[in-house]
Amino acid sequence: MNILIMVIFVVLAAFTLAAGVMVVTVKNIIHAALWLIASFFSVAAMYLLMEAEFIAIVQVLVYVGAISILVLFAIMLTRHVTGEGVRQLYKRWWIALIVAAALFGVLIVPTVFNYEWAVQPSGAQISIASTVEIGTAFMREYLLPFEVASVLLLVALIGAIVIAFEERSTRRRVLTLAEEVEQRRQRNESLRLAPTTHASETSE
Amino acid sequence: MNMVDAVPLPWVLAVAAGLFCIGLFGALSRRNTVGILLGVELMLNAVNLNLIAFWRYLEPNVVAGQVFALFIITVAAAEAAVGLAMIIAIYRTRLTVNADEVDSLKG
Amino acid sequence: MLAHYAFIGVFFIAAASFPILPLIGAYFLRPSRPTEVKLDTYECGLEAIGDIWVQFKVQYYLYALAFVVFDIEVVFLYPWAVAFNQLGLFALVEMAIFLFILIGGLVYAWRKGALEWV
Repeated sequence: MNILIMVIFVVLAAFTLAAGVMVVTVKNIIHAALWLIASFFSVAAMYLLMEAEFIAIVQVLVYVGAISILVLFAIMLTRHVTGEGVRQLYKRWWIALIVAAALFGVLIVPTVFNYEWAVQPSGAQISIASTVEIGTAFMREYLLPFEVASVLLLVALIGAIVIAFEERSTRRRVLTLAEEVEQRRQRNESLRLAPTTHASETSE
Repeated sequence: MNMVDAVPLPWVLAVAAGLFCIGLFGALSRRNTVGILLGVELMLNAVNLNLIAFWRYLEPNVVAGQVFALFIITVAAAEAAVGLAMIIAIYRTRLTVNADEVDSLKG
Repeated sequence: MLAHYAFIGVFFIAAASFPILPLIGAYFLRPSRPTEVKLDTYECGLEAIGDIWVQFKVQYYLYALAFVVFDIEVVFLYPWAVAFNQLGLFALVEMAIFLFILIGGLVYAWRKGALEWV
């Protein structure tokens, strides 16, 4: 049975890291966001493997369900219509690669593998902290952080609205389909071009 | 039959470290600001993975690990909300989302 | 506990293989003779007009924002609700304060007109 758990863990870990690599390397930013969702999902499965049920559900609920929607909407709001083929990484991206690889290989991994962790002995009877205990902890020891979290969410909501909201008078109007067709027709006429099928030029 | 017996703690920490470093690379090397934010989200996830691993392997009867993970998820959501709003505002005025093209404060 | 979730794992694998296996099978079985008309974007039989990536309205983002904030509020509500019987009136008051603070945000968004779909 332990072998099975280990196999599941290794598969999940490999998938998480592979999805993470896709997030940072893939060209299309929408695909990067979708890979990020995949990575979140497999991290949630790892939480489940570590018997943190509540955190796993929250991971799916908040990251997969909410934050990724936010990211996708933001991408659709900011995307260059003709932004394909633009360089995605800085010219000196290899410096970042060296820094990240050095942090991983030189600093973290040797430390983690050499330290003597005080892991619970395998035979010991342990009681895992349950969701009820999380609830009581929020109302007792962590009461102040709990209320501060509420204030933080309030500040985030108001701040993001202040930054992103546009008064109606200054808003650029989104063209209706008919206006877009008309605009396109005029452009084609002025260029004296025959109307072409647009599917071939929009596909990447 | 549980994870503590099956997988040693350093393995889990190494996976979290790998995820963190991938996120770091993404945050440092991407030009698109949304891409930078995706890298930061990866890093926050790695931190959460670390917290849950420490909680499960070292102090499974203490609730603090899970509570901290919840607070980090809250902070991550707030950060993403405000960060993406800033990206939208920058796009509206400068029509770009690339971090190296938003350089009017550069001397 | 993990054994309970093994069912979900089995379901997940079954559900994932449901679309993937036919697609793989179709990939090997189907003939591939693409023409320009076949590769065209299908838009209810009409000729596709304009770009796929139209500019979205900022309203989408504001709605998603409100959704995220109240999603996280619900995350805090769950453990509170599970532990409610052991906590009593004090917890009720605390959660009321928590909710009132966030409702302030909703009122702000409403007054500012951020929730209007125009």
